[in-house]
Amino acid sequence: MTIEVRNLVKSFGSFKALDGVDLKVDSGELVALLGPSGSGKTTLLRIVAGLDWPDSGEVFINGEDALAQGARERHVGFVFQHYALFRHMTVFENVAFGLRVQPRAVRKDEAAIRVRVKELLDLVQLDWLADRYPSQLSGGQRQRIALARALAIEPRILLLDEPFGALDAKVRKELRKWLRSLHHEIHVTSIFVTHDQEEALEVANRVVVMDKGRIEQIGSPDDVYESPASAFVHGFIGESIELPVQVEGGAVRLDGRPLALAADGLAPGASKLFVRRHDMLVGPPGSGAFEGAVRHVRNFGPVQRAEVTLSGGQTIEIDAPRDKELRAGDTIGLEPRRYRIFGG
Amino acid sequence: MSAVAARRRTLPGFGLTMGLTLTWLSVIILIPLAGLFLKSLELSPEQFWNILSSRRTLNALRVSFGLAFAAACVNLVMGSIIVWALVRYRFPGRRLFDAIVDVPFALPTAVAGVALTALFAEKGWLGAPLAALGIKVAFTPVGIFVAMIFIGIPFVVRTVQPVLQDLDPEIEEAAGSLGASRWQTIIRVILPSLAPALLTGLALAFARAVGEYGSVIFIAGNLPNVSEIAPLLIVIRLSEFRYADATAIAVVMLVVSFVIIFAVNRLQRWAQSRIPAR
Amino acid sequence: MTMQIADSVPLSASDAKARAQAAAARDNLRTEPRAVRITIIALAMIFLTVFVVLPLVVVFAQAFSRGIVAYLAALAEPEALAAIRLTLLVAAISVGLNLVFGLVAAWAIAKFDFPGKTFLITLIDLPFSVSPVISGLVFVLLFGAQGYFGSWLRDHDIQILFAVPGIALATTFVTFPFVARALIPLMQEQGTQEEEAAISLGASGLQTFFRVTLPNIKWGVLYGVLLCNARAMGEFGAVSVVSGHIRGETNTMPLLVEILYNEYQFVAAFAIASLLAMLALITLIVKTVLERHLDEGQEPSDH
Repeated sequence: MTIEVRNLVKSFGSFKALDGVDLKVDSGELVALLGPSGSGKTTLLRIVAGLDWPDSGEVFINGEDALAQGARERHVGFVFQHYALFRHMTVFENVAFGLRVQPRAVRKDEAAIRVRVKELLDLVQLDWLADRYPSQLSGGQRQRIALARALAIEPRILLLDEPFGALDAKVRKELRKWLRSLHHEIHVTSIFVTHDQEEALEVANRVVVMDKGRIEQIGSPDDVYESPASAFVHGFIGESIELPVQVEGGAVRLDGRPLALAADGLAPGASKLFVRRHDMLVGPPGSGAFEGAVRHVRNFGPVQRAEVTLSGGQTIEIDAPRDKELRAGDTIGLEPRRYRIFGG
Repeated sequence: MSAVAARRRTLPGFGLTMGLTLTWLSVIILIPLAGLFLKSLELSPEQFWNILSSRRTLNALRVSFGLAFAAACVNLVMGSIIVWALVRYRFPGRRLFDAIVDVPFALPTAVAGVALTALFAEKGWLGAPLAALGIKVAFTPVGIFVAMIFIGIPFVVRTVQPVLQDLDPEIEEAAGSLGASRWQTIIRVILPSLAPALLTGLALAFARAVGEYGSVIFIAGNLPNVSEIAPLLIVIRLSEFRYADATAIAVVMLVVSFVIIFAVNRLQRWAQSRIPAR
Repeated sequence: MTMQIADSVPLSASDAKARAQAAAARDNLRTEPRAVRITIIALAMIFLTVFVVLPLVVVFAQAFSRGIVAYLAALAEPEALAAIRLTLLVAAISVGLNLVFGLVAAWAIAKFDFPGKTFLITLIDLPFSVSPVISGLVFVLLFGAQGYFGSWLRDHDIQILFAVPGIALATTFVTFPFVARALIPLMQEQGTQEEEAAISLGASGLQTFFRVTLPNIKWGVLYGVLLCNARAMGEFGAVSVVSGHIRGETNTMPLLVEILYNEYQFVAAFAIASLLAMLALITLIVKTVLERHLDEGQEPSDH
């Protein structure tokens, strides 16, 4: 099953939640919609599910015009951020709900429903909780029951809104792995929304980075991390050093002084220089594009994080390997191993 | 709370305020109520039974409890409809109608009584057209029923309204995306979620209607065995100085009230236990 | 199997129609068809109009049915004036008593933890679920001629029943929970931190109460007093049992309404009733205003 979205626009009052979004998801993919809150990712997900309607644009699920169908007819599995479990029903009845409300003509008989629910509870490894009520479950268990409930209707596609957002850090990590292996097992085309880059990079096979109602970049987890397409993506994913620079006459200038960095193909004007923290190589004074004084050093496992004040006065944080110990007060040279410069 | 914890209380005044509270509570509420039960103990079980099983008492209790229950059921249905309209829809005058729901709480019962009687009497604004249809309301059991509906409506509305307001919209979306029709969503998801509040509202409206006096006696007609409510019979027995009879009827009504409070408390606790901790 | 799909799906006229239908139905995940909506709103409005609005209107219509002069004349009757005076006096007594009790009880219950708290709150609530007639009856059984204290009172020539003390007692019983119930949840929500801070800064218990607690709960106090007062002035059943209906002496306004009504003096009965109805309306308006203050007073809590 494929999902395609074309030129979606959606406003809430004067707030533009989606500002012309195009996206194609291939069959069997597990795609992450990643962005800060207010970037429009949940709105996009809800429109695909039929829970919201766009002002304009089109949505196709497996080539069919989804906007001609209500949420009921779309056969989309939707997992809500707060699970939206029916609290007056047992776990079993929650999972069985989608089967019980089917039109009589296609509804399974009671025995078949029992078999199916059992299968699903086995799939999420919670068959022993069938008779409990949602209030008696832990957050992670609720999450998995919500997923089983969504899968019960044999959805064409699966949509998950911040699936791990309400869980604590440890459970979140376990569930991430579990979701990936579950997806491997059932292979249903899936989109999940998250604001947590680590989650997106670890679970998804494609990441869609969104900001202010627009898609900033679509790519594999490696792509978006290694080759960010915009200043926003570089700043949002991974930890970056960000310096305001000026591109002028084929040179990159910081505070008016030219830096020993290539400016080929860059448009002139105010720009931003991005360097990953661990891509700043430390050398003797005078050896790189920058020079600075070490203010603070703290050790984080294999790296030492140093706060460095550059000669121009800007303070940055770098991650250096621990083979050469840095000390506060040292003057060092810094050379970016890799960097990107974005205009504007 | 152990004695140690009690001694470590940081704020002053616990002993004084608690002592005053218990004293005042005892003087105004507990001792008078205990007096009623004590008085009823002066009756032998046989006397007690004779009073209650007299035709007039039985009929009065039947009228009070039966009509109160019927009125509470009407309030349950109409209260739900009112709550649904007030919470889910936007229409002109919504806030005004929302405020008006409280009128039966605030209007003195005697005023409600004379007003309902004037309204439903044979020459009243509503009584006249109803009489033309052959329906007599004032001075019949139907009148009692009408007064009890009036007095009970805010109980259902004000109990259910906040629960419907706080109902998570996602559960309706979840039901819809799982393929449930709107009707299935209402019957299988929304109504069960409101059930504790609906039952509580029903119980409160019933309890209030059973004991109601002022708004009922004007419109009731007060014909013994037909349209005489139990509270009125207590008043009549008192005026005849038959204190034992009055006491016996009062004890029965009071016990029923206490059972209802107890049931409502349990219901509330049950409802709270179903709210998942987020 | 993916790329070709989108381009191969042109929108036909029937698709456009289907989309229009789906769009029309898009909100029906959380709402109902228009016809159902209108029916429900209409039912609610008709029901409230018949059972609540019309009774209110009829009071004023009857009161002014013989014109404003007859209305004012009815209110100027000495009996009416006596009833108004007695009602104000009784309300002042029972509101005053219950205000003090409410503050004291709310302090004990909201600011401290002790076993049986829920039970104590249930006891305070009891009068809400006791029939008004029974609320009067209990005092007759205590202080009546055949009551437990009846002969003692007679020996000492103290009149409680069929006099102001009895009426005030019964009214206090009926209005007992109002102030306490308005304050307990409010004070529980506010916690004890501010009071503890005041104590640790050296304030005495009373200073803490008057300078820290009371300003925080003032709207709640007014709310409780308002509802307590409305019920105190309007109470009928309990007062009717203990009053003795002595004309010009132990008739409160609601009792006078009954007497005049039973004597077919409808204009006079409804004139008094209209004053009570006005009291109810004013109470509701002030209540709405106070509720707004109470909502605003709640600080956003960070859970």
